[in-house]
Amino acid sequence: MTNVLLRYTNLVLVTLFILSLLSFILAYLFPGEAVENLTGLRLNELTAMQNSALMYSADDNIFVQYWHYIGELFAGNWGVSFSSGLPLYEDVGHYLPASIELSAYALFLSFFIGLPLGFIAALRHHKLTDYSLLSVSLLGYSIPVFWLALLLILVFSLQLGWFPLSGRISLLFEIPSITDFIIIDILLSDSIDKQAALISAFRHLILPTLSIAVVTTTLILRITRRSVIETLNSEFILAAYARGLTPRQVLMRHGIRNALIPILPLLAMQFPTLLTNAMIVESIFSWPGIGNWLIQAIYQQDYPAIRAGMLAVSVLVVIFTMSIDLTIRLTDPRRRRAERATT
Amino acid sequence: MNILKKHNKNTGFKTPLIILVCTLLCACDALLQSKTDPNGIIYCSEGSPSNFNPQLDTSGTTVDASSHQIYDRLIDFDPVTGDIVPALATSWLVSDDGKTYTFQLRQEVSFHQTQTFTPTRFFNADDVLFSINRWRLVDHPYHDISGGRYTYTDSLNLRGLISQVKRINGYRIEITLHNPESSFLANLATDFAVILSAEYADKLISRNQKELIDYKPVGTGPYQLASFRQDRYIRYTKHPEYWREVELTDKLIFDITPSSSLRLAKLLTGECDAIALPAHSELEVIRQQENLVLDEKPGLNIGFWAFNTSKPPFNNPQVRRALGMAIDKNALIEAIYFNSAIPAKNIVPPTSWAFLADVRPLSYNPIAAIKLLREEGIPEDFSMTVWAMPVQRAYNPNAMKMAELIQAYLQVVGIQVNIISYEWSIFRERLTEGLHDSVLIGWSADNGDPDNFYRPLLSCAAIESGTNRAMWCSDEYDLLINKALQYTEISERTYFYGKANELLAEQLPLIPIAHASRYQAHRKELDGLVINPYGGVRFGGVKKH
Repeated sequence: MTNVLLRYTNLVLVTLFILSLLSFILAYLFPGEAVENLTGLRLNELTAMQNSALMYSADDNIFVQYWHYIGELFAGNWGVSFSSGLPLYEDVGHYLPASIELSAYALFLSFFIGLPLGFIAALRHHKLTDYSLLSVSLLGYSIPVFWLALLLILVFSLQLGWFPLSGRISLLFEIPSITDFIIIDILLSDSIDKQAALISAFRHLILPTLSIAVVTTTLILRITRRSVIETLNSEFILAAYARGLTPRQVLMRHGIRNALIPILPLLAMQFPTLLTNAMIVESIFSWPGIGNWLIQAIYQQDYPAIRAGMLAVSVLVVIFTMSIDLTIRLTDPRRRRAERATT
Repeated sequence: MNILKKHNKNTGFKTPLIILVCTLLCACDALLQSKTDPNGIIYCSEGSPSNFNPQLDTSGTTVDASSHQIYDRLIDFDPVTGDIVPALATSWLVSDDGKTYTFQLRQEVSFHQTQTFTPTRFFNADDVLFSINRWRLVDHPYHDISGGRYTYTDSLNLRGLISQVKRINGYRIEITLHNPESSFLANLATDFAVILSAEYADKLISRNQKELIDYKPVGTGPYQLASFRQDRYIRYTKHPEYWREVELTDKLIFDITPSSSLRLAKLLTGECDAIALPAHSELEVIRQQENLVLDEKPGLNIGFWAFNTSKPPFNNPQVRRALGMAIDKNALIEAIYFNSAIPAKNIVPPTSWAFLADVRPLSYNPIAAIKLLREEGIPEDFSMTVWAMPVQRAYNPNAMKMAELIQAYLQVVGIQVNIISYEWSIFRERLTEGLHDSVLIGWSADNGDPDNFYRPLLSCAAIESGTNRAMWCSDEYDLLINKALQYTEISERTYFYGKANELLAEQLPLIPIAHASRYQAHRKELDGLVINPYGGVRFGGVKKH
């Protein structure tokens, strides 16, 4: 147990070190002065800031510079954006929650739809239900996310006028940003018509969530289906039937849990895909998230912002994937056994 | 296989499924039916203002966001007739020698009450003095705040024109000029001559927060600023004690949407009630929609390609001429403006009386251009930059695409073009520093007086104030446009402007490209929004049904 924990912590630390190194080197690879790319301040402005804490001691050698860089990163001094002049740390803090929120809802939605459908498909293996679900999922998996998003906008926003096509909530609602998660912020605020605000927020959520969820849902469906089929074909299921349990009891007591365990690590691997899709969808729905923000930064050649945004997103992905992996490692008895066998 | 078949009897899904579907349907019903949005108007604007004081910034975005929403002026232009009408000044008197202007001020006009400032008095002469002296007197405590560049007034050299601003009593002021100038009243009615609160300024001095005056503004206008988030939105609330008896809505929101197709889409779905600058390619779509209204007016503007004449080889008029001959203006207009603009000959549009029809425009002739370039010693593979505005303007709806077309044209004559663009406020800052070789930009006039084109665009004083994008300074030109102002008869002024037009056609500090029509699109429910040919959008008196 401690061994596993240590090994994972080590792995995370090494990965984070490489990421920070990469983001530091990026500042040198981008056009322009490295100091400018690191601080976001132009050289002429920098001289005025000579005495401030925000200096990367440009005269020292590169290792000392990197050391200072890490120090500033932890202190929350990520520099400022070239284009807006706002501090990047606060900006990322505002925009990242919006992306996490969108991805989380999409992930939940995918679970709620994908898992049951996967089970249904597996239980009706080689039947019409199975085949139709499989073909639909193949279709969903093959549709490019940005195209699906545009299609949804075209049909549900522009033609039918059911749902809005941009933003998180109608701007007429003034929601004070406390956590930067819109639903939580609405529930925390007290000066507004909560019900109307919630409805408005949900209306804004539906299309972007759907567009991201489609791909993940089909993935979950296919993974679940395969896993359930494999589980139901294994010997312990046969043994359960031999003990005289009804099909329902077999599924509930032995099928579901054993089918779900191998699914989870595979799902954790989907998180980066989910986030990537979310970033694309964000820019289509003008969702004020980190993806939209990064794309703007790239468009405006805002190197400090690109550096900070990429670092923040990759750190998030690394930590999320690693912690899911770790949870599985610690909870899955089969994995544990395998470990003992090898050591 | 046998085992799997047994599961087919499992029908336990049905009841929860039915319940789930019912809940979903109810939820959908609630989501689709809801029309409980709070009362307010959403305007989709094209960019973030750099501050909320139009004295400091001539950009249309800043003017739209502040001038007619937050502030009032002494006098206004009537948007329909173009006449000068009373605003904060109820009446005015011009002395016989044309040098002294006396304004009688309106009483019981209140300023905005914000979270940090509660006005204790009504608007009076002190506020007018403060607002004018801020840009007029270099040693004024507020002169250097927020950069201290008063682009508009500096470009017209109003500081040098006014000899004295005097308070006669609490509600009467007198402005004395050094010499009579026929466009002075028109200048006071522009979007830039806003009236700030002197009491608020004093408060800020005592709190040592002077710079807030331009970022957390206080004015007398119909709406007051509630909050602003860069690149996201600007929120205004109603000024409950606005002096004009016009209809106001509780909330006014500028939804900052840089992409014009997205603005149109939001207009279609009703997420915006009105949009800024509909793209010329989309006008047809708007016309076909039943619930949208498209207004059109000939514009007082000019889109041009200016060369940085302070940099060789662009200081050579022959090089500028050759570059002008290398591009096909008509093709540009067709591709960028979709024929909702006319090719420009002068820097003033044909609707202006200063327009000179018999200036021969440059004709498209790449062969002659190459020849001329070689004669002037420009080598093959010469490389230059074309700066393209990152935002759309009525005078140039797509500078980026225009830059790409110009890039292709100049390639033919052996010139490599690098296209450069920055975020809008940084873009203008660097232009003022003169870092460009050439730039695609333009100008929208703020009043009907032609001086409003000639002086800010090309006079020597305008280099310093940052509106002379060509960095061009000619004594002869300055003399001509100054002469033109000393006369009140239009026929006399036309003579001097004609001479100035000829000089420009010969020197070509900039190549005029087009005069675009102005369009404004809004939903049918919105009532009272009119195109203001003299500048920014006005939401006072606009109501949603």
